[in-house]
This record gives sequence, structure tokens and C-alpha cells, in this order.
Amino acid sequence: MAQLIIPTPLRKFTDGQGIFTQEATTVKELLHALASQHPGLKPHLFEDSGNLRSFIRVYVGDEDIHALDGEDTALQPNDEVSIIPAIAGGV
Amino acid sequence: MEQIQFSKEELERYSRHLIIPEFNIEGQRKLKASSVLVIGSGGLGSPLLLYLAAAGVGRIGVVDFDTVDASNLQRQVLFGIQSVGKSKALAAKERLASLNPHITIDVHNTKFTSANARDLVKQYDVVADGTDNFPTRYLVNDACVLEGKVNVYASIYRFEGQASVFNELLADGSRGPNYRDLFPSPPPPGLVPSCAEGGVIGVLPGILGSLQALEVIKVITGVGDTLSGRLFLFDATGFTTRTMKIRKDPRNPLNGENPTQTQLIDYDQFCGIGVPASQEREVEAIDVHELQSWRESGKNHVLIDVREPYEYGIAEMGGELIPLATVLESTARIPKDVPVVVQCRSGARSAKAIRQLEDAHGYTNLINLTGGILAWQEHIDSSLARY
Repeated sequence: MAQLIIPTPLRKFTDGQGIFTQEATTVKELLHALASQHPGLKPHLFEDSGNLRSFIRVYVGDEDIHALDGEDTALQPNDEVSIIPAIAGGV
Repeated sequence: MEQIQFSKEELERYSRHLIIPEFNIEGQRKLKASSVLVIGSGGLGSPLLLYLAAAGVGRIGVVDFDTVDASNLQRQVLFGIQSVGKSKALAAKERLASLNPHITIDVHNTKFTSANARDLVKQYDVVADGTDNFPTRYLVNDACVLEGKVNVYASIYRFEGQASVFNELLADGSRGPNYRDLFPSPPPPGLVPSCAEGGVIGVLPGILGSLQALEVIKVITGVGDTLSGRLFLFDATGFTTRTMKIRKDPRNPLNGENPTQTQLIDYDQFCGIGVPASQEREVEAIDVHELQSWRESGKNHVLIDVREPYEYGIAEMGGELIPLATVLESTARIPKDVPVVVQCRSGARSAKAIRQLEDAHGYTNLINLTGGILAWQEHIDSSLARY
């Protein structure tokens, strides 16, 4: 099962849940499974066009999916997928 | 570099650097010959400035327009109670000068804006970004790319931190990735609250700001491998760290394959700030003085407080607590036949609650308290705690 790490700013849409585990063969499948379980999260992950939003990066291990096969990147059973949002705090 | 000399006092002060074989007096000379602009002297800026000054960076610029507030002291370790109410940039200079008299501190007691950013950045070798909002993050990045400066970056949110080194000059003469390669555009306003709204565990900026200071020193001295091309992530709740790769994006508008941006822009507009507010419907409002006169005259009304319970615990003004997220299902507790004043911390959430109740349930008797409990504290009841 692939593991998806949800960052703090988005946890308010997942009832505080920080890790989502799901059987999935691609990154897209995993993200859509998360979004269908937590519908409030969907507009924060995807644009209306269905593309991932530009203030979010998705990684498999330490590699950006843009450098792999994008959302079609295949997942191995123990892959760790991270959603990384832009944050700005500092003072 | 040989012409950089040290006094006996300086040699003694920096001796723990001088005896590291990879660092030695050459590294120390590079620090003394260098200049760093630290933008923001808050949670990240405090440890950054303290460590850079202690390490012997020859000239340090401090940019901050703010004054020290009591709520800063939980994390902004540069300041003490004697600094409260003073200019941060000036208080920082006093503290740093007492820490290390062998360096120069430039005070820039001003807001960092599109008008002055490039002029400030070009006067320094390295920039460290300790700011706290998206418009300024993009402004710092763009000014550094346009002026060819390294931007040592960190940001925090509650228990999470990120750090990287942007636009570093690489051995092949090219520049490493910058913030726009990582995040081409910012989240919409309101999704990621600031520390003032979202809170931050005090020691977290201490950790990330210290990492920034370390990276600044590595950039200057050339010792070790910096975070250029990598994003470091720290989650304090589970004590997990991850380091991700950052690649250059050919679509980067500043220095991608087809650059479209050759100067600084309006970053508030870029980040959508001010746009939604002006599009939102105005709601009826009263100020705190009028509410106070209602109370004194015994005018019949109800006060609803739409903040969170943990905020109510810090300070409250007698309102009935119905958090914003629950107002639509709490209409049984919100009458329609008497004036209902709705209040939050500063007046934004209460306006949102009013619009939701008007749209969903046809309320016509809701009145926003302008400035919220902060204005009430300032003008009516100074015994309340500010937060």
C-alpha cells in the first residue's frame, strides 16, 4: 500500500489526518482516492481543469513527479508520496 | 583575501572556527569580507542575526519596519522586555552590537517593497529571507534573481518548516533553482494562514532560522554542500525530516527558457491580496464605541462570538461562542427579531459569518463589529489580553 503524507495546512480538510494509506497503482489514483474520501480537499489540490494546483508539489520519495511521469507516475507498494504546499510563515 | 586582518580579540573570539581544518582562517576571512541582508528580524530573523553576528559576518543589514510587541518574545529571541515598543531594526542593532563590536550593522527601518527591494539587495553579497507572507517571499526571490544574489530561504507553519538555498552561483557558472521553480504561484489568500492567525510553536523558527544561518555561512565560505537544488522539510510533531530535489523549471518567468519578467511587479496583486475583499459584499457594521453605548443605554441586542474556543479562552467580551464553522447549523441560537452583533478577532471572520447566514438563512438583523475584540481591547477594555 502506498502512503501519502498530508501537510499541516491541508489537514483541516482531512479531519486532522496526516497519513493516508491506500492501494493505488499511480499517483493520480492515490490523489483522487484521497480527494474522494475528503471532498473538501479537492479544490485545494486540483484546478477546475483537473491539473494539480501550482502552489503544491507532489513527490514520490525525494523526486518531484514532474521529473518522473507526472500524475501517471507508477507507484510501488511501499512508496511514500508527499504533498508539499507553499508556506510563508517566518515571524 | 590576505589583506583581511584580525585583531588579537577577534582571533580569540573566532578561535573555534579557526581550528576547524576545513574552515580555518580562510573561512573566517571570507565571513569578515562578506555582507548579508537579513529581511525580517522576527522568528527566523532573530536566530539568523544572532548567529551571523556571532560568527563574524563583516556587514549585516537588517530590514524591518515593525516594532517589538510582547507577543513576539515567545520566539523572537533577539529582543527582551526592554525592547517592547521599540523599532525592531534599531533594537536588533543594539543587541547585535553588544554581541559583536567587530562587525557593522546597517539598519533599514523600512518596509521591503518593490520600490526599494533591488536597491537594498544589490548592496549585499547574500540575502536571507525571514519574512512571513507570500507577496514578500516572491518579492525577495525575484529581487535576488534579477540582481544575481543568493537567497537563503526558510519558512514555517505551526509545526512544519521548509528550508532551501535559491539562485546559488554553481561551479559551472549557472544559477541553482529559485522559489519560482518550486512554487510558480502562491496559494489563494486565506488557505495558509500567517503565524499571527495560525500560530507557531516558538522554538520552530529558532530551528529553521539557525539552519538558515548555517547555510548562509556555507554559501559564503564554500564549506560543504548547501541546500541548493534541494528542499529540506521538518515536521516537529513526528520529528521527521525529508529532503526533496528541486529542479529548474524551463517555464520560470524570471530565468527560464523564455523569460517574460524583467522587473519587479505588484506582489499583492500577484498573490490575489485585496482582490477578493473588494469583491465581497459589504455587511452592516458598528464600531466598538457604538456597541459600548448600546451596552450603557441597555439597548436590546445579542452578541455572537465566532472565534474558536481556544481564542475565547485568551480573551472574551461576553459574547455567545459559536465558531465560524458551526454558525450555519446553530441558527436556533441566533435570533432574528433583535439586533445581533457578530464579533471575531479583527472583524474578517465575523463578516464572513454574516454573509453566510444572510445567504443561507435570510438573516437581515446581523451587524459586524468593526475591528473585533482587538479594537474592543484597544478602545474600551484594556484589561483584556491581546493575541
